[in-house]
Amino acid sequence: MTDLAWIEGAITAARPQAMAALLRYFREMDAAEEAFQDACLRALKTWPKNGPPRDPTAWLIMVGRNAAIDAVRKSSRNTVLPPEELLSDLEDAEAEAAERLDGSHYRDDVLRLLFICCHPDLPATQQIALALRIVSGLSVREIARAFLVSEAAMEQRITRAKAKIGAGEASFEAPGPIERAERFAAVAAMLYLVFNEGYSASGKAVEARGGLCDEAIRLARLLLRLFPAEPEMMGLTALLLIQHARSDARFDADGDAILLEDQDRSLWNRKMIGEGLALIDKAMLKRAPGPYQVQAAIAALHARAAKPEDTDWVEIDQLYAVLERMQPSPVVTLNRAVAVAKVRGPEAALEMIEPLGARLDGYFHFHGARGAFLLQAGRQADARQAFDRAISLANTAAEAANIRQYLDRVSADAKKTSS
Amino acid sequence: MLYAILCYNQEDVICAWSKEHEDGVMQKLGVVQERLSREGRLGPVARLMPTTAATTLRKDREPALVLDGPFAETKEQLLGFYVVDCDGLDGALEIAKDLGKANPGGSYEIRPIALFQPGAFSGAVGA
Repeated sequence: MTDLAWIEGAITAARPQAMAALLRYFREMDAAEEAFQDACLRALKTWPKNGPPRDPTAWLIMVGRNAAIDAVRKSSRNTVLPPEELLSDLEDAEAEAAERLDGSHYRDDVLRLLFICCHPDLPATQQIALALRIVSGLSVREIARAFLVSEAAMEQRITRAKAKIGAGEASFEAPGPIERAERFAAVAAMLYLVFNEGYSASGKAVEARGGLCDEAIRLARLLLRLFPAEPEMMGLTALLLIQHARSDARFDADGDAILLEDQDRSLWNRKMIGEGLALIDKAMLKRAPGPYQVQAAIAALHARAAKPEDTDWVEIDQLYAVLERMQPSPVVTLNRAVAVAKVRGPEAALEMIEPLGARLDGYFHFHGARGAFLLQAGRQADARQAFDRAISLANTAAEAANIRQYLDRVSADAKKTSS
Repeated sequence: MLYAILCYNQEDVICAWSKEHEDGVMQKLGVVQERLSREGRLGPVARLMPTTAATTLRKDREPALVLDGPFAETKEQLLGFYVVDCDGLDGALEIAKDLGKANPGGSYEIRPIALFQPGAFSGAVGA
């Protein structure tokens, strides 16, 4: 049973760890990629014949390393490893060899590989493209499709990004606790970017980019397996799972976005929500709250409400207040105002967002939310103005269409009052 | 005689499955399960969440220690189990082979059950 589908799955699964270990050996991205490619080719040749190795990742690392070492004829300085044809379950030489592969370094290897992709000089889109290419092993064509650019343009972008990171700058020593925490934060932010790249897609792009959400979750789970006691990693993974659980309910038949309140909650993926809730439960035991855990907890409160009116807005308001303290940002305050409007009414929400006007004046969602609060407060004329401003700032046709629904409501209300 | 069929596989491989592949496997497993069910040979079935959702309680000390992750770090992880009723090991192996054809890869541990209490759940219970 070593069919091609299985081999493909095993290689995909092994890629982040194998690439990460090979990068530690070669300290050079292109060499690591070449070695990994080489190992994959040999796997395709050997595995169907000898059966699958017990530890495909260790196999790929060893064979990749050997192949590269052979190629540069450095064998005298390295331990001679058995050729891959001899590595089979029968001999179990592999288990012993895997032992020699510094298993304990795996976790920091993977973290480092992801961290290298988060180079601060790289714009977010390049970080994402690089991570998808190097860590996930997506083809340039697949990545280009997700970003709606030509293959040649994406190839160039990735080449330039690779040149910039140079791979040599990240330390190859095992990181200390502070450095590890810093790497963690950068990597978590990057994974969230990958996720949002998929999550923010609408219309036709959903098909091309939806896979990025799954990929971000896969990498988050991988990191969590390597660092099982990191509460923020639990929080991030939970947040991604709960958000992604809604994907079947987020768009109507025309591909237009459906607001959380109006979504058919029976379409939410209960399995993903369940896993998200389980992770939040675990994270809470650590008593070390962080922004991802708080955001996951907010998402969880929405997920727990069977009907929109069951939503615990008081708790959501409080959680946003915590998030505001941890990560002050006008966008967080704007989100909090939505909860405040539910709990204390639209006037309180308007009061809360008033000071944000200067900073969020060019932000579509600010004017959309403000219009909705004004409408609730019965100030139709002001609401209309806010909605008009929102439409002028809309990034997509779907966003504009959404606001037009509100405007129609204003007009309908106006007609009612005048007749 | 009751046997537990404990399902071990590499979790990171399963997590890398596409939705189509996953749906295909579940559909094929469903066919086997339905047949076993009709024959009255299938008891409780459980699919476990990924080990990242697991917590371990070390109770050999006081106070007990709560640890993150699964009890054992293994190359293949315990991902689910079946309880089946058959005359002997031959029958249990045959069932395991049928399930294995529907879901290749990994291993099944076939373990005779010493004590079984069906519990109070009825019907499928989700997360």
